[in-house]
Amino acid sequence: MEKSVRIVAEFKVNCTQFLDVNGSLVQDLPDFLQDQKKIIEFYCAMAELREFDAIAIALQRTGKIGTYPSTLGQEAISIGIGAAMEPEDIFCPYYRDCGAQFWRGVKMSEILLYWGGDERGSNFSGNKQDFPLCVPVASQVLHAVGVANAIKLKKESKVVVTVVGDGGTSRGDFYEAINLAGVWQLPVVFVINNNQWAISVPRSEQTMATTLAQKGIAAGIDNEQVDGNDVIAVCYSIRKAVEKARNRQGPTLIEALSYRLSDHTTADDAKRYRNIEELQKQRLADPLLRLHQYLISKHLWNEKEEVELKNKVTNKVESAVEEYLNINSENALAMFDYLYAKLPAALASQREECLRLFGES
Amino acid sequence: MSTLNLIEAINQALAYELTNDSSVVVFGEDVGINGGVFRATTGLQMQFGKERVFDTPLAENMIAGLAIGMATQGLKPVAEIQFMGFIYAAVDQIISHASRLRNRTRGRLTCPLVIRTPFGAGIHAPEHHSESTEALFAHIPGLRVVVPSSPARAYGLLLAAIRDEDPVIFLEPTRLYRLGKQEILNTGEALPLDLCFVLRQGRDVTLVSWGAMIHETLKTAEYLSTVGIEAEVIDVATLKPLDINTILNSVEKTGRCVIIHEATKACGVGAEIAAQLAEFGLTYLLAPIQRVTAFDVIVPLSRLEHYYLPTEDRITQAVKKVMEFT
Repeated sequence: MEKSVRIVAEFKVNCTQFLDVNGSLVQDLPDFLQDQKKIIEFYCAMAELREFDAIAIALQRTGKIGTYPSTLGQEAISIGIGAAMEPEDIFCPYYRDCGAQFWRGVKMSEILLYWGGDERGSNFSGNKQDFPLCVPVASQVLHAVGVANAIKLKKESKVVVTVVGDGGTSRGDFYEAINLAGVWQLPVVFVINNNQWAISVPRSEQTMATTLAQKGIAAGIDNEQVDGNDVIAVCYSIRKAVEKARNRQGPTLIEALSYRLSDHTTADDAKRYRNIEELQKQRLADPLLRLHQYLISKHLWNEKEEVELKNKVTNKVESAVEEYLNINSENALAMFDYLYAKLPAALASQREECLRLFGES
Repeated sequence: MSTLNLIEAINQALAYELTNDSSVVVFGEDVGINGGVFRATTGLQMQFGKERVFDTPLAENMIAGLAIGMATQGLKPVAEIQFMGFIYAAVDQIISHASRLRNRTRGRLTCPLVIRTPFGAGIHAPEHHSESTEALFAHIPGLRVVVPSSPARAYGLLLAAIRDEDPVIFLEPTRLYRLGKQEILNTGEALPLDLCFVLRQGRDVTLVSWGAMIHETLKTAEYLSTVGIEAEVIDVATLKPLDINTILNSVEKTGRCVIIHEATKACGVGAEIAAQLAEFGLTYLLAPIQRVTAFDVIVPLSRLEHYYLPTEDRITQAVKKVMEFT
């Protein structure tokens, strides 16, 4: 090194893993999972999400809902997030986070209602302050820092968790939000669901950065990678970050490494841009498979329980579908009735025209 | 009572609301110790502290997104975008989220926020500092677009905007910031939104305008009076949602209408007003509606600015045209 040059900053990025791809522990379980019933709970929630996902796709294929983004392969991230948050914390999801939403009390029928083309699906159960899932990529990350700043100003002890995809980290919203969270030390946790694909553009074409986690370094915030197919690692790291934020020790950026085993949405065909060998290889790293292997190897789970679980989730999703299919559409006037707190006089005649044309049912 | 110019009236309204509503927070670029580049927020951080009045990093879309998040938590953000020419970076958050959140959650989450921004030409400002693109926002359902044209209306309308339960884009004409003073009672009394103000009664022609052009419009009306033409002058004030009834009632009386705005002509708010007059008041009209606007060109730098802005002379010519139409 030249004598005139001195190192003013260096960085490293850690990656956390508990369960390897074969379902073997690579380090001792974290304290909060010493009671392994919690891990079984994770497994059941992940299985439930997978069943929901399969049925949602089937509903789209039969014209019962519209375009739907599959969560296949993302179960560990979604459930890990849900389990790491307290009910009073606030969630600003992207559009592949319904597993965390279910954990937080959103009903399956409500998510189906949303993708079935009904705004009431975003007026959901659970924490009424949670944001609805967000379609414009990464724009929710800014809402998260706004909510976090309000929490800070009001001196509340809540924490905000927000999620963005790997493609979303290329957007200004993401950089602007992590920058603000750093400089104002906001109680927020940013989770990157790095599933390697932004529709058809692979992670390698988004950025030359070695990791997405290191983007936090430029913002001056703590960052790490986790194995996003290992629900234990995801939950452990996010819990830690949430507690840190709750103790007013600053924000964290967590990159969860996973793989989108599905198409981008039901309107996409990944065969156009992704080779089948890559997909088959990634299927071996399936988060559900890995956890199943772990539970079996530790005699925490058996085939009888697996069959019972399968029946249980099938029934649960079936009844959610039935509930969804029985929800009638709103009347046309709903288009007007939530636009402003009070209908402006300028809209009265259009609302009347709508009523005249389409009636109240 | 104090005698204030428009920028001082804005400052007084902000101070009043910060004093009387603990949920109000004021933020933006340079609004803290510097008091804003036009001094709209001068002294507020000192008076109300850094938790109520604060600077943000320099990123307009972030300012809008931040305001949205805060608004959902029971705060009343009043965010400043330094110039309208820089608001475009924030348009995604304003259009995709602020305007839609109430509707898309069926009322569960709402966005009671104000985005203030100086707008308009005529102060010899640098490039991108003279924009008048109110029509962009007036096109968007779920937003309010409010433009004051005097210190007293700035005070009363800003109070109303802050108290409104929905997002308001509050456009402050830079040319009027220090143009004249008015006596203002600091009683916290808001003016109504969604209503036009009739600033001058007249029987012969209706002049419809808003913002800085109200100044030229009123001066033209005074001149016209000396040549025997009595013009009614309407300040639209809230461009979205539009109070067409006040304008229709006036045109029913006068039979003639000239719309004056500083923004470019094509798809401007004047086009919407003219269309609604044609739709609902065609039979009132004794002459074709005239629009006196900027040309459909990019707002020029300062040397050509005076060619771009509508003048009293152009307004007078348009009025004569509608008066002489047979």
